[in-house]
Amino acid sequence: MEKRVIFRGWLLPICLVAPQLIISIIFFFYPAAQAVWQSLFIPDPFGLSSQYVGLGNFEYLLGDKYYRASFLTTAVFSVLVTFCSMIPALLLAVCADRLIKSSGIYSTLLIWPYAVAPAVAGVLWMFMFNTRVGIVSWYLGQLGYDWNHVLNDGEAMGLVVIASAWGRISYNFLFFFAALQSVPKSLIEASAIDGAHFWRRFFDIVLPLITPTAFFLLVVNVVYSFFETFGVIHTITAGGPQQATTILVYKVFSDGFVGQDLGSSSAQSVILLVVVGLLTVIQFKYVEKRVHY
Amino acid sequence: MGNVVLNCVKKSFGSTEVIHGITIDIKDGEFIVIVGPSGCGKSTLLRMVAGLEVISSGEVQIAGKVVNDKEPMDRNIAMVFQNYALYPHMTVRQNMGYSLKLAGHSKSEIERKVSATADLLQLSELLERKPRQLSGGQRQRVAMGRAIVREPSVFLFDEPLSNLDAKLRVQMRLEIRQLQRQLGITSLYVTHDQVEAMTMADRMIVMNNGYAEQIGTPLEVYQKPETLFAAQFIGSPAMNIFDAEVQNGNLILNDLVLTDVSLPDGKVALGIRPEHLFPSASGPIKVSLNNAEPLGANTLLYGNINSSDEDITISMPGVHEITEIGRNKSFGVEKENIHLFCASTGQRL
Amino acid sequence: MTLGNGMVQRTGSHLWLTHLFMILGVLIIFFPIWLAFVASTVTQPEIVSPPMPILPGDQFIDNYKAALFAGVNVPVAKMLFNSFVMAMGIAVGKITISLLSAFAIVYFRFPGRQVFFWLIFITLMLPVEVRIVPTFEVIASFGLLNSYSGLILPLIASATATFLFRQFFMTIPDELAEAARVDGAKPMRFFIDILLPMSRTNIAALFVILFIYGWNQYLWPLLITTDPEMNTIVMGIKQMFPSGDDVAEWPVIMATSILAMIPPVIVVISMQKLFVRGLMDSEK
Repeated sequence: MEKRVIFRGWLLPICLVAPQLIISIIFFFYPAAQAVWQSLFIPDPFGLSSQYVGLGNFEYLLGDKYYRASFLTTAVFSVLVTFCSMIPALLLAVCADRLIKSSGIYSTLLIWPYAVAPAVAGVLWMFMFNTRVGIVSWYLGQLGYDWNHVLNDGEAMGLVVIASAWGRISYNFLFFFAALQSVPKSLIEASAIDGAHFWRRFFDIVLPLITPTAFFLLVVNVVYSFFETFGVIHTITAGGPQQATTILVYKVFSDGFVGQDLGSSSAQSVILLVVVGLLTVIQFKYVEKRVHY
Repeated sequence: MGNVVLNCVKKSFGSTEVIHGITIDIKDGEFIVIVGPSGCGKSTLLRMVAGLEVISSGEVQIAGKVVNDKEPMDRNIAMVFQNYALYPHMTVRQNMGYSLKLAGHSKSEIERKVSATADLLQLSELLERKPRQLSGGQRQRVAMGRAIVREPSVFLFDEPLSNLDAKLRVQMRLEIRQLQRQLGITSLYVTHDQVEAMTMADRMIVMNNGYAEQIGTPLEVYQKPETLFAAQFIGSPAMNIFDAEVQNGNLILNDLVLTDVSLPDGKVALGIRPEHLFPSASGPIKVSLNNAEPLGANTLLYGNINSSDEDITISMPGVHEITEIGRNKSFGVEKENIHLFCASTGQRL
Repeated sequence: MTLGNGMVQRTGSHLWLTHLFMILGVLIIFFPIWLAFVASTVTQPEIVSPPMPILPGDQFIDNYKAALFAGVNVPVAKMLFNSFVMAMGIAVGKITISLLSAFAIVYFRFPGRQVFFWLIFITLMLPVEVRIVPTFEVIASFGLLNSYSGLILPLIASATATFLFRQFFMTIPDELAEAARVDGAKPMRFFIDILLPMSRTNIAALFVILFIYGWNQYLWPLLITTDPEMNTIVMGIKQMFPSGDDVAEWPVIMATSILAMIPPVIVVISMQKLFVRGLMDSEK
């Protein structure tokens, strides 16, 4: 939709976009370009010069078993986080949708986790499951189960998944709730007259209508689990035990900053760039469709 | 002074010409109505005078000065928009005073002018309200107040009444006209409603597809329409148009024959207004009647002309008992109420 | 009738069941926060010998005082301040440049407009985590490590807010701008007197979202602050954990965690309606 009204002149608008342009160039395009450039080099151990290796870093990464493991870890992690945060959110939203009058109070309470930083969420959950003082791990011990996420891969993954999903439930809840609210009452009533009981109505009518929202949340949650969960992992497991919870973005950090391997880290960044780019493009394409839905 | 001159004003979008040369000399204080169907270009014309559209060729003069290249604010005009365009976050007072504030008037000056205008439009009690707290008619008056406060040379109205209900529209058009007479400011008023045009205009421009079909006073256009379009657009119910022929200097429309018609042979369009047909036992126009609508003030009859089967509408003043539905009735017409148009160009003959 | 969607007929048991489920859900979700609060009000020995109590203790004042004024390596009060500056800086900075850019894109035609549009569109695609190393180098080369500018600037580079405002500006009727033009308003006047006031709700909603985004940043502050004085509270919590086998000072750490979440919670709750609306709009 093109606006009909235009102010004349070009100097003013250029001045107006200058701040954003300058900041984007300095802090976005230049570093992004640098990342791509650096991914083609391997720095020598002293950091004094680098050797051009073309796509060598990428070749190495794709063959490196640790990197491939990280890819798998990330995939598993994001699927679990998405699943564990969307399902409860949907259930809660369905309940809230039925309880219109008190939905406000419940919403207010359920929003809290959104305000909690993922890193802080990591601390909270780690506290509950801490091998020495954690109250949940203690009770588990009483029941005969020895919880130790520092040693056990699966438990470590489980913990970071829960901590990550916990923070995301609020966000998904809000969107699901809004989507459910926007289903026209007349449709529900018509189907009720047609003889459908609650779950039938839910599956046949409500669910299809909220699929656009669900799909949108799916993509957003996956992107979230790729990036914003760094804080959770860094606080709880630091990628361990033995890289069992090292997701891709964590590896970029540990290889680049801790391991000082700029070439590999940059190459990993570029790969992540491509993955996220694809996801964003999919999201935009689908969101466009959703708006016309 | 506030006279406006349009000199062969044209407008093109890309290579498509949409306004084909409009020329008119508007005297100071005149109320000009630009009327026509949707898409005829009337709003575009108005906006060219306002400075919101670029003039492709031709000249617009306001108060003797050519204003083609001037910004709206430099043309000393004020505009009332179809959707009022009131600033939603400002009070009525602030809305009306905004242009004065921009022009740098002192606070007391603004205060004085806004109060005076508010009194004039009976808005004094609403000055502290926001637009969303006002009714349609009130918003309309605020929009006018905003225009009046500027004391412009020319008022421009862009279909200001089309968002109001019928009753309010009648009331407001009287108010606008009275106000304009009182203030004596030249006005250009765009509308698609021919009733508004007829009742408000000193002169009107009847537009169609970017052409000015006729420029004249309402009565002129009614009594002597210059084109087929103007003839059918003005007057309600619309004028009846029939296909007729000229043969050997005689105009023939089935049984209606006019002798001594000084026109070349050929086809013509013959126009008769519904209100000019009267029942006449010997009348030449024989109609088979299909329907009657008694409106109280007049009665409408619908039917077909025998022999040619064209539709015809007749308007008879007052209340009539019509018993001939489904049968034939004869009508006559005065000679001076017959309008002839060229069948191909639509020009008056 | 205030029937919820999906409900046509209400029977008493259905309603109670739903309430029960909701309450259960809320309790489970709230538990970690509640536990942290309890931990922040008891003494260290009580925590170290499990199971720790589930009800709050009486050490509230002591623990929070210790946290705020001593912290573990830096007073928490200082960290709160740093977080505040960072969050405000990001929120205000991003909103400002986005408003100006969106105004320019929607209401003007200038050379390079399309290019600019697509350029900032690309910035939507990459969160800061993907460009950490080079951005770090850029910040270091400007000498902005351990500074507020270094914390803030790279995080206002993406264009989400610009697109939100652009979308909003497109919905403002043309006639308003024309009326302003006829009234004699130059572009910037129109922007300040009319566009800005009309954008109030959008600005407020975006402020909430950006404030939380800035406050909850973890990776970036972690990288560029080496001086503990510049720690933000969210990243600073991790620094409070000792290395090796030392036992962490749990009450203080938990008090800090609670303090770290209070400001965002306050902001979100107090502007809940606006925030939810902003969230919905910003994702379109």
